[in-house]
Amino acid sequence: MKNRFYLFLLCIPILAWSNSLSAQDEPIAFIGATIYPIEQAPIENGVLIVEDNIITAVGDSRTRIPRGAIINDVSGKVILPGLVDTHSHIGGGDGGDRSSAMHPDVRVMDSFNPLSPSIKKALSGGITTANVMPGSGLLMSGQTIYVKLRPASDVQDMLMCTGEQPEICGGLKMANGTNPIGSGNSPGTRAKSAALVRGLFIEAQNYQQKLLAAQEDATKMPARNLSLETLVEVLEGKRTVHHHTHRHDDVLTAIRLADEFSYDMVLQHVSEAYKVADEIAASGYPSSIITLDSFGGKMEAKDFSNKNGAVLEQAGADVGLHTDDYVTDSRLFLRSAALAVREGMSREGALKAVTLANAKMMRVDDRIGSLKKGKDADLIILSGDPFSVYTHVEQTWIEGQKVWDRANPEDKKVATGGYGVFRLNTHAHTHEGGQ
Amino acid sequence: MTTTIRNKSFVVLTCSLLFVLLFGANAWAQNNNTSYVIDAESMHIGTGEILSNGRILVKNGIIEAVGSQSEIEAPNGAIRWGAQVVTPGFIDAHTVVGLAGYLNDPGSDQDQLDRSKAIQPELRALDAYNPEEPLVAHLRNHGVTTIQTGHAPGAIVSGQSLIIKTSAQQAEEALVPESMLTFSLGGVISGAFSKPGTRAKATAMIRQELFKAVDYAKKRADGTLSSTNLGMEALADLLDGRTQALVSVHKAQDILTALRLQKEFGFPMVLDGVAEIYLVLDQVKESGVSVVLHPTMLRATGDAINVSMETAALLAKEGIPFAFQSGYENYVPKTRVVLYEAGVAVNNGLSPRLAVQHLSLYAAQLLGIDQRVGSLEVGKDADLVLFNGDPFEYTTTVEQVMIDGQLMK
Repeated sequence: MKNRFYLFLLCIPILAWSNSLSAQDEPIAFIGATIYPIEQAPIENGVLIVEDNIITAVGDSRTRIPRGAIINDVSGKVILPGLVDTHSHIGGGDGGDRSSAMHPDVRVMDSFNPLSPSIKKALSGGITTANVMPGSGLLMSGQTIYVKLRPASDVQDMLMCTGEQPEICGGLKMANGTNPIGSGNSPGTRAKSAALVRGLFIEAQNYQQKLLAAQEDATKMPARNLSLETLVEVLEGKRTVHHHTHRHDDVLTAIRLADEFSYDMVLQHVSEAYKVADEIAASGYPSSIITLDSFGGKMEAKDFSNKNGAVLEQAGADVGLHTDDYVTDSRLFLRSAALAVREGMSREGALKAVTLANAKMMRVDDRIGSLKKGKDADLIILSGDPFSVYTHVEQTWIEGQKVWDRANPEDKKVATGGYGVFRLNTHAHTHEGGQ
Repeated sequence: MTTTIRNKSFVVLTCSLLFVLLFGANAWAQNNNTSYVIDAESMHIGTGEILSNGRILVKNGIIEAVGSQSEIEAPNGAIRWGAQVVTPGFIDAHTVVGLAGYLNDPGSDQDQLDRSKAIQPELRALDAYNPEEPLVAHLRNHGVTTIQTGHAPGAIVSGQSLIIKTSAQQAEEALVPESMLTFSLGGVISGAFSKPGTRAKATAMIRQELFKAVDYAKKRADGTLSSTNLGMEALADLLDGRTQALVSVHKAQDILTALRLQKEFGFPMVLDGVAEIYLVLDQVKESGVSVVLHPTMLRATGDAINVSMETAALLAKEGIPFAFQSGYENYVPKTRVVLYEAGVAVNNGLSPRLAVQHLSLYAAQLLGIDQRVGSLEVGKDADLVLFNGDPFEYTTTVEQVMIDGQLMK
């Protein structure tokens, strides 16, 4: 009798603990908003259910809401997937230095600052995942990181790794055109740039052969070489090349090299895309583009056009948008997409260009990029139409947690700027000759 | 016999010439003589008034009538244009386009800052302005009809500006060929100069120069000048109030330094940039100076690290006169566009109605050109913009721009 009583007493703390557990496990239901799932047509007065960190339902007002769910009435608002930025320099990281033209061994991860205010700045613009890259001043400036912009003190807690290759959590930044050209260890010409890159990829192919041979005979294992290991990942199609390129002929050179070594590539910037849109479409490589308030700023971008999004879309090429923060500000990412729409891109295409298209380019679309059952609960609440100047991002959620809220004055200050908001200088400094 | 033939040829030749001249002149005059009727569902006058179903009559490049479509009759032969929204042509109160170009090539199209000396008031934008610069057309295509353009921030005094329409084909057509003197204080002064190396040094240098100019101005007034010094002439004109200083500063302490200088020497001054103005509102209000506010999308870096997108709305609320600018960009984008900067200000609390006013009449008043431009009022130049929707909506297009009664697109 006494034993059963003590057993009963023991249950009380256990019950209390499990009760607190279920408080966290309660589903969240977002109701009343216009939902843009991206993979299906917009849903007026929709319902979106989040359980733990996953979306468990997206549908119209008849969607079943689980018992005990916390109801977030967002009537009159708009829900989008958390935005994905395929080209950003937030976090104050750097990459390779002037000691060589190519640094595939260098990792932006080893210089990224998770506490940088620029990360919260990106959240205020609705961005939940970014491809954070080193600069473009080198032929190969280093390994990029795909990061969820969740609050964290260790970058490794932010990494988004690709579905098929869980050990690969970023790409390789490459560049051609004028930025990598210079004196000293930099190539002096475009032809030299291409020759250096091809030479190193051939070295990597040789290394790859040695690694294969070592599978038969362990004594044949070559010494570890960080640079060549990374390029072998690229050659094996595991790690994507993100290739900064502007002028139409430089774009075709980037395609030529990718074809020669059969690697996976995203063309980045592609300022003159409209001049070679058919070739880009035929190549199968996706483009990540930017919209700007004017052309020029450097020779190879003098013919830049905001019509690139529309032209690439019409040519049947895959296209996404990026901020290249700080070249354009993360807080103005939706504005970038609206400018593409103004110049002729479809609304659907532009919405996809800041979400799913980018997730696909980063090979993380199994988890993010659209509002769909089973995907991460990364979403943003907008006050109105995504492409209106009057719209504000009101809330940003990552994996079922609200990570930014405009109603919070400290958070709102990041959206507008002001005294002491950006204590650190938020810009990457080693853009060696330009972005 | 030959004389008669020669005379005949002469007569024929002269008549042909006269014929061509008259017809040619008539054809040119026709362009300027063309009458337009411009209708808009929503017509921003520039004063704050917005007419529904408004109508403007344009003749000889001038606004002849403004009112509602029901009260103004469209004259026969006038060319008719309609748009959802019409506004006055926009005014960019401080840019560098025309001296700075889109190629960003220091050898050929970057004339906005000479690095040989930190104080050069004698440099005239008039002597460097390139009306054919593609960035000028870029601004024009986005509804900017008048610009104050010239030397960039980055030196204590980098030079002079000029005020010109974006349709001008020569610098000589400037509305004001020698407008404001561009000053900078604080970290905005570029590292190009070994002297000044600090804020205190810069202020000491300009005070010394202004004292020299006081002397010069006195001798000039007395007629006792022994020789002309161009730099001194420009500063003496400033001290005499014939021109204004456009002082680029961002940090609060530098704004106060500018006000202190202005108080000491009494010259007319307009503050430029002023990212941290929200910290010194009372002092700025008390001084009565106007402001050419930094672009709303200015990057939060260097002296402007504390910049806020809400400052335009704040200045409007506090009654501090201001205009918009595209400013100076050293990389990408090579120029900003005041229509876009005002748009993001609207996203951050400024009403669209006020935004149009600060892009037009308030800017014209700040630049002293409101007799001719800045609002859709009878007698003013026919400078206006036609939109296919709300001017500030990201997806709206500028359909047509008119300057002096001529269509630009």
